[in-house]
Amino acid sequence: MSLRTPLGRAKGLGSAKEGVGHWLAERASAAALLPLLIWFVIGLIANAGADYEAARAWIGHPVNAVLLVLLLVTMFQHAQLGMQVIYEDYIHNDGLKLVSIYLTKFVAYLLAAAGSFAVLKIAFGG
Amino acid sequence: MAEIRLPANSRVTEGQTYPAPAGAKNVKRFRIYRWDPDSGKNPRMDTYEVDLDSCGPMVLDALLKIKNEIDSTLTFRRSCREGICGSCAMNIDGSNTLACIKAISDIKGDVNIYPLPHMPVIKDLVPDLTQFYAQYASIRPWLRTETPPPPRERLQSKEDRAKLDGLYECILCACCSTSCPSYWWNGDRYLGPAILLQAYRWIVDSRDEDTGTRLDELEDPFKLYRCHTIMNCAKTCPKGLNPAKAIAEIKKLLVQRRM
Repeated sequence: MSLRTPLGRAKGLGSAKEGVGHWLAERASAAALLPLLIWFVIGLIANAGADYEAARAWIGHPVNAVLLVLLLVTMFQHAQLGMQVIYEDYIHNDGLKLVSIYLTKFVAYLLAAAGSFAVLKIAFGG
Repeated sequence: MAEIRLPANSRVTEGQTYPAPAGAKNVKRFRIYRWDPDSGKNPRMDTYEVDLDSCGPMVLDALLKIKNEIDSTLTFRRSCREGICGSCAMNIDGSNTLACIKAISDIKGDVNIYPLPHMPVIKDLVPDLTQFYAQYASIRPWLRTETPPPPRERLQSKEDRAKLDGLYECILCACCSTSCPSYWWNGDRYLGPAILLQAYRWIVDSRDEDTGTRLDELEDPFKLYRCHTIMNCAKTCPKGLNPAKAIAEIKKLLVQRRM
């Protein structure tokens, strides 16, 4: 039981004075994903039935490689921003919330880096 | 974590049935949530059969008839009986509304009545709105100026006055906030649609001089950004207002001042 006044409790620790950056980044990445994903799906359809060497050649093309890296980075950025919102909604244990948010960020950055590395390796003829 | 099941002491049991008087022809069944803090028992659903031929048209008329003629222990808030005070906000037929302006004839089958969702219950249909009112106080909902007061009225153009339409009508009945899942899960920190609509009402008021501070105080992942545009607030508002739009306008202003 707390003897704090209702107003004291409602004001809590005050405003974090942030949130608009996260909100904008979520929307900007969503907007960027729209053309990138359309391009990616068209690319997949165009390569349907092609063999391994043709697919490697497609990924290795400079334009495709750059767009693929952009797609990977934007996608994982958007995913970790969205997951953070879900954790904030549903996890009410501060420690668990912090660990979940940052673990998801690490995994997202790891996957984005690994995916980009794979694309670049093909592009630079590794 | 989100609570999927009610705690053991909050689970609702079946209560008593009060049959209609013999000879009643136009009978409607009202199933009402009952909880008495002094009894130590779980909440229950009591069923009242009401003769609509001797009852007013609104749900509040039926509640008053039940309290006056059938069971005087039924507890609920009411005052103006014309949709302007917000006292009789409750969950009727699955959505939050004001009992005094909800017509019985709009409801098919039994009329299920619960207190506003996810609020602590004081008794029967009376929720504890302490946190809701404290959150309202926290936005300091009054005109804040630095310019010395003019000798007469503070002037406002017709265009600027029109910006308050759709905002000033809010009666703080709490129907919207208690229909919002984000408010259910994070009501300790999220201000909720009603309070954010009120906050916007002062942000957009041309006579107010503290807009920047108001926006500063709202920019917070929990106070403001728990709104995910679920739109339950706009759907349930008994006054036909759109709190989700007011919240979107606040978000737009926060972006605008960074550009």
